[in-house]
Amino acid sequence: MTDTPAEEATPAAPSRRSLIGWGGAGLALGAAAAGGAVAMARTGDDVEPTAAESGAAVAFHGTHQAGIATPVQDRLHFAAFDVKTDDRAEFVQLLKDWTAAARRMTGGHAVGEGAYGGLAEAPPDDTGEALGLKPSRLTLTIGFGPSLFEKFGLADRRPEALVDLPTFPGENLDRNRSGGDLCVQACADDPQVAVHAIRNLARIGFGKVAIRWSQLGFGKTSSTTPDAQTPRNLMGFKDGTRNIAGTESDRLEKFVWADAKDGSDWMAGGSYLVARRIRMNIETWDRTSLQEQEDVFGRDKGEGAPVGRAKERDKPFLKAMKPDAHVRLAHPDSNHGATILRRGYSFTDGTDGLGRLEAGLFFLAYQRDVRTGFIPIQRSLGADALNEYIQHVGSAHFAVPPGVRDKDDWWGRTLFSKEA
Amino acid sequence: MRAARLSVVTAVATAAALTAVTGCAEKSDGKGAGAIKVTATDSKCEVSKKEFPAGHIELDIQNKGSKVTEVYILFPDDRIVSERENIGPGTKQTVTAEVKSGDYTIACKPGMKGKGIRQAVKATGGKVAKRDPRLDAAVAAYREYAQEQADATLPEVATFVKAVKAGDLAAAKAAYAPSRIGWERTEPVAESFGDIDPKVDVRADGLEDGQKWTGWHRLEKALWQDKKIGAEEKTLADQLVTDLTDWQKRVGKADITPTSMANGAKELLDEVATGKVTGEEERYSHTDLVDFKANVEGAQKSYELLKPVAKENDAALTTELDKQFAALNTLLDKYRADKTSYDFVSYDKVGKDQQKELSDAVNALAEPLSKLAAAVVK
Repeated sequence: MTDTPAEEATPAAPSRRSLIGWGGAGLALGAAAAGGAVAMARTGDDVEPTAAESGAAVAFHGTHQAGIATPVQDRLHFAAFDVKTDDRAEFVQLLKDWTAAARRMTGGHAVGEGAYGGLAEAPPDDTGEALGLKPSRLTLTIGFGPSLFEKFGLADRRPEALVDLPTFPGENLDRNRSGGDLCVQACADDPQVAVHAIRNLARIGFGKVAIRWSQLGFGKTSSTTPDAQTPRNLMGFKDGTRNIAGTESDRLEKFVWADAKDGSDWMAGGSYLVARRIRMNIETWDRTSLQEQEDVFGRDKGEGAPVGRAKERDKPFLKAMKPDAHVRLAHPDSNHGATILRRGYSFTDGTDGLGRLEAGLFFLAYQRDVRTGFIPIQRSLGADALNEYIQHVGSAHFAVPPGVRDKDDWWGRTLFSKEA
Repeated sequence: MRAARLSVVTAVATAAALTAVTGCAEKSDGKGAGAIKVTATDSKCEVSKKEFPAGHIELDIQNKGSKVTEVYILFPDDRIVSERENIGPGTKQTVTAEVKSGDYTIACKPGMKGKGIRQAVKATGGKVAKRDPRLDAAVAAYREYAQEQADATLPEVATFVKAVKAGDLAAAKAAYAPSRIGWERTEPVAESFGDIDPKVDVRADGLEDGQKWTGWHRLEKALWQDKKIGAEEKTLADQLVTDLTDWQKRVGKADITPTSMANGAKELLDEVATGKVTGEEERYSHTDLVDFKANVEGAQKSYELLKPVAKENDAALTTELDKQFAALNTLLDKYRADKTSYDFVSYDKVGKDQQKELSDAVNALAEPLSKLAAAVVK
């Protein structure tokens, strides 16, 4: 990943977001939400890159993959793939080809020999819709699902932490939006750049991998830059106030980055990703009284302050909240300190055929081990008052390998390479 | 039936895309430093340069005549390099093409009829355009195949039409899918005659304003949805024979080139990917898998004919194509009990997961197939 470039994290001008004041916040939400000793006492709108300023490139090479602790971009295209080949060499070659393409695209370059100027008889290597666009802080992050380890003789390399997620109360998972042998998370400030990246990787992969499902997201719902304004979710609430910042290396080491001594040496420097598609019952939520909405979250709607407090970043007094309040249940103090790094996005996929907005939160959480991260938090949220208004409909879990070190390295080398 | 939305004009454009060896018609970018000016009138076709360097060329065409015209760049044997149709009187258009060194003809066709008024031109320098006799043989063999398919289709259509006219629902249903196989195998060629496809293979949602719904799918709806055959259907059945006879007569004259064969093969897979795999094509009869198989067979025929040359230029590509054709055919075989028959499972019995599996297999084949044309002309 690439440590956070300071100049990107702290530009001078107020952001479009802070001016318009939309965006969303993580739903499942307030795992890392709510106060804490490190909370920064900021007031007023903080700043984030504007669209124009956010055109820069994020370094592709690094100890960790970019797209985890990197300041959260505005847009998402997430895709889960099934592996279609049983030829290990062919799959490894694909990972190398993908790495080369990802290296080019994150640098703002077209794939292969480009989108034009080549043989007139052949389709161009690059699909071309990102031509002329800036890199837009595009990050591409790959993850390997539990099912991948059933292939290519990898069973004994499956990390212990990459558990099959248990069934959680109230979820109604659609298997066509769940699972996958591998995933690629594309985040960028320009949606076209993110879509272009997934589209080109899918194209390179045809015959070797096939897209199983994918999700577009907008209006990031969590921030890894704590001096920025906490975004709001589609329910209109700030959530994720205490998310881990990209600069908090101690908390990243403790809660996000896997270590060789965790059991899988090939995962050192990697992380574990849980992706959940959380549908919101937008219409019923909108018909709910303000008091109930605030009770459900345990925050006020305007300021985002925890119950009984004045400011968003004031330390929450959990016992003042209703026992089933979302912030109360999600707070580390209610979960033996369980902490995750969230970088979720809102989604709106039109309407659902019944005229209801097909919308919600696409929750993405990174952690060192889901058994001490997402799972206890989500269990705790079984009693969440918010559950009346949301439902988890998609789910996936991936081992996200360490970063690509240099131009000779490739995604998944530590898993697939013999010498690694 | 990619031609769902094909008007006659766009169908002609499709034909152009199929026949262009190395050409493309596009808007001028306003540069045109080395552009060749073509001045077309009702009786003349003047070109500003008769000799120009090989490579990227641009024709700046001005129609000073009173008739709509079209302008072609042709190989000596009349194969089309690039073309532009529907150039109205008093208007300007640009045609661009990549040409290797050799002799060419520029032709203007006032009124868009006949062989046109011709000018011999020459491209010099660079690589010499050489024709590989194996590719000529491939084109000849494919032309023969297209004719055979049309010839074999007419009796099948006659059986279908006879059943319709006899009011025999069951017999008509049984004869419906087989009557389409030859057409589906050679669809890109059939579609190159822009006026036939909209008459015989259009679906209800592909009709343009004022267009009457005729052809196979109109009868499909009568048989499966309305479950009745009336006087109107019998008339339409006769019309289908007339239109397909027209196809049979003209198919031998289609413009076919090695690249149009290669791209046609890919287009057949695209047909599958957009219409068949979703069950949209045969929404009443659910015989989509028959069309699916026929499209794959047609694509494979083109491929096999081009393979000797393609293999020489890009062995990895042909290895991949062999593998993916085999994989798709194996998958399709799961949906029929007898591998020599075209009795496939009804598509409404094919589950979502199975459709996904078929879709993935089509993508796995179509992506490398899109590179076949380049491997042929390398």
